[in-house]
Amino acid sequence: MPTRTAALDAGAQLAPAISRKARLHVVSGKGGTGKTTVAAALALALTAGGHKVLLIEVEGRQAIAQLFDQPALPYEERRLATTPGGGSLWGLAIDAEQAMIEYLDMFYGLKRSARGLKKMGAVDFVTTLAPGLRDVLLTGKVKESVTRTESDGHHAYDAVVLDAPPTGRITKFLDATKEVASLTKIGPINRQSDGVIKLLHGSQTAVHLVTLLEEMPVQETIDAVGDLTANGFTVGSIVVNRARPALIEASMLGPDNAVDPKAIAAGLRKANLPPALAPSLAEEMTAYADRLELQAENAARLDAVDIPRITLPDLNPPVELGELNELAACFLSTPAPAGIDA
Amino acid sequence: MTAARNKPLDLAALVRDPSTRVVVTCGSGGVGKTTTAAAMAMLGAESGRRTVVLTIDPARRLAQSMGLTELDNTPREVVGVGGGQLFAMMLDMKRTFDDVVLEHSTPERAEAIFANPFYQSLSSSFAGTQEYMAMEKLGQLVAADEWDLIVVDTPPSRSALDFLDAPNRLGRFLDGRMIRVLTAPARAGGRTGLKVMTAGIGVFAKVFSRVLGGDLIRDLSAFVSALESMFGGFRERAQQTYELLKAPGTSFVVVAAPEPDALREASYFVERLSAEHMPLAGLVVNRMHYTVGEEPFAAARAEAAAETLAAKNDPTLALTIAALRVHAEVAGAAEHDARMAKRFSAAHPGVPTVAVPALPADVHDLDGLRRIGELLSPA
Repeated sequence: MPTRTAALDAGAQLAPAISRKARLHVVSGKGGTGKTTVAAALALALTAGGHKVLLIEVEGRQAIAQLFDQPALPYEERRLATTPGGGSLWGLAIDAEQAMIEYLDMFYGLKRSARGLKKMGAVDFVTTLAPGLRDVLLTGKVKESVTRTESDGHHAYDAVVLDAPPTGRITKFLDATKEVASLTKIGPINRQSDGVIKLLHGSQTAVHLVTLLEEMPVQETIDAVGDLTANGFTVGSIVVNRARPALIEASMLGPDNAVDPKAIAAGLRKANLPPALAPSLAEEMTAYADRLELQAENAARLDAVDIPRITLPDLNPPVELGELNELAACFLSTPAPAGIDA
Repeated sequence: MTAARNKPLDLAALVRDPSTRVVVTCGSGGVGKTTTAAAMAMLGAESGRRTVVLTIDPARRLAQSMGLTELDNTPREVVGVGGGQLFAMMLDMKRTFDDVVLEHSTPERAEAIFANPFYQSLSSSFAGTQEYMAMEKLGQLVAADEWDLIVVDTPPSRSALDFLDAPNRLGRFLDGRMIRVLTAPARAGGRTGLKVMTAGIGVFAKVFSRVLGGDLIRDLSAFVSALESMFGGFRERAQQTYELLKAPGTSFVVVAAPEPDALREASYFVERLSAEHMPLAGLVVNRMHYTVGEEPFAAARAEAAAETLAAKNDPTLALTIAALRVHAEVAGAAEHDARMAKRFSAAHPGVPTVAVPALPADVHDLDGLRRIGELLSPA
């Protein structure tokens, strides 16, 4: 089970880039940028102050279970972690087929017909010939989780975090309901779609885009900000993942980022290390400095869009549960300094 | 236990081999799949073969480096290639779909299909269509019989293998009752159709008209009926493509990065392809990190040495401390990548593998593709 983390202790506040006004946080990013890990870290941070948070995945990868070291999640909300101050994190893997059966049951009491529908090829129809319906079912279930209330009238979850499809598909995914609703001018899908469209386009929803400080992810992020904004979605933050630490001072570098191996060798002797290591260390240092420069250029390109930014350190995946807490702390306003326990 | 070491994968040899006609790359997003496909095509072309590379959604600068400026489904010759000829094209999903419709129906019917709102969204926006259309285009390129080598990039998702399911799925759908339900109103003709359908087919039709609404059913029904004449063609085509992929001359190349998610996807592709008896050439692990020195110098040891020196509070040591910390980062990444790659090869000892080092910047020009090409063969 989860470890306690000092950063999430009572009194922890969310960073200004993350608004409590948003009850649905949609996390997207180019493939390979670590959006699932970021979604989990954000969800964990949102539990600060005793909140109950649901983390949802929709791509059938069982990524949440893997991250939290649990058996595959069924189509059912499961507790993943409890956090100090009474907070709790829950997980749900939404499956389009199950969502369809639940949908038919919920609105039409047709659970028993579901088997027949499957037999007659309706499920294949939904997933093959009309894949947009799949996204409608997935976003419909997300909306249900966000708006569900308990018997006391309170929301079942204080916040919901969605590990969403990648940036290339995110706008279409979020607007699938709008697209299908335009095909069904009247009828139940159209009536229900109103709620989904309002939720996703309203102030209760914030989209967070995960990027690496590399050329292609940064370009996709900038494009996605434009696309999402133009379609009426709110981009809450850009999360820069796996940022390399600035380990080098400018004064250490010569022209073309060259480093003097002799100066390194002198220090290696004092650490009882073979000075013969110096040339390769110098070469690595130059390459690292080059990469830091590229990283800085890409960070500067992100300045083109006026969106709050959150930066996460580079942890080599798979990210362990304890490290997830470290990433969660980056979404809080006073991240604990590394290595110091409060 | 001895560390599993897989046979090296030589992609240059693969694409230069005259018996290799089609190479399909698959893998998850962000692993350099499109760049790998382009570099393989370049290798093939520069060995003297007439080569075409079909890309799905290339990064802007990579596309520009090959002279691609728009999605237009037309192979365009890449300028500056020596040896043979390289053509590149970007898939225009909608146009490919339109061509299929035109080919399989009368002009009047095609017009009706194009005007149907269902067709408009299905052909241009929904996920899944891309995979089918990529395979459709591949079928056309093969049928044209003017290429020595065709390299196809697939969309970056697990559904990239959806085309393997297409014949079965279409078959299940066509033989199912769903299609009869959906085509009933159009068969009965016009506006009374819905009533006829509801009365005739019973509970399922009721479910559909209740859930989806009458208008939708009418549009959908018109759409499915219009397409019905083409379904046979679709199914046949899907079956042909499936056979083509299994035929000698086709090779699959799975692309990954040394990270758990990407390698999990790679495992899925490898297992799926072998279950379908599809010819797998091997795995490319892109973005591998390496240390510079030959001598092993562990990250943990470098970090410890940096701590020791830092405790001395001697400003003249700052450079060495920084160098050790940089090495700890670099070696940490290299150790991680090696561990990941080893884990995969232990699970799939029979899959030939080539590791490609991480490059500091993205590829922008043909020389960049050539450099990658050199890395795609074992030294």
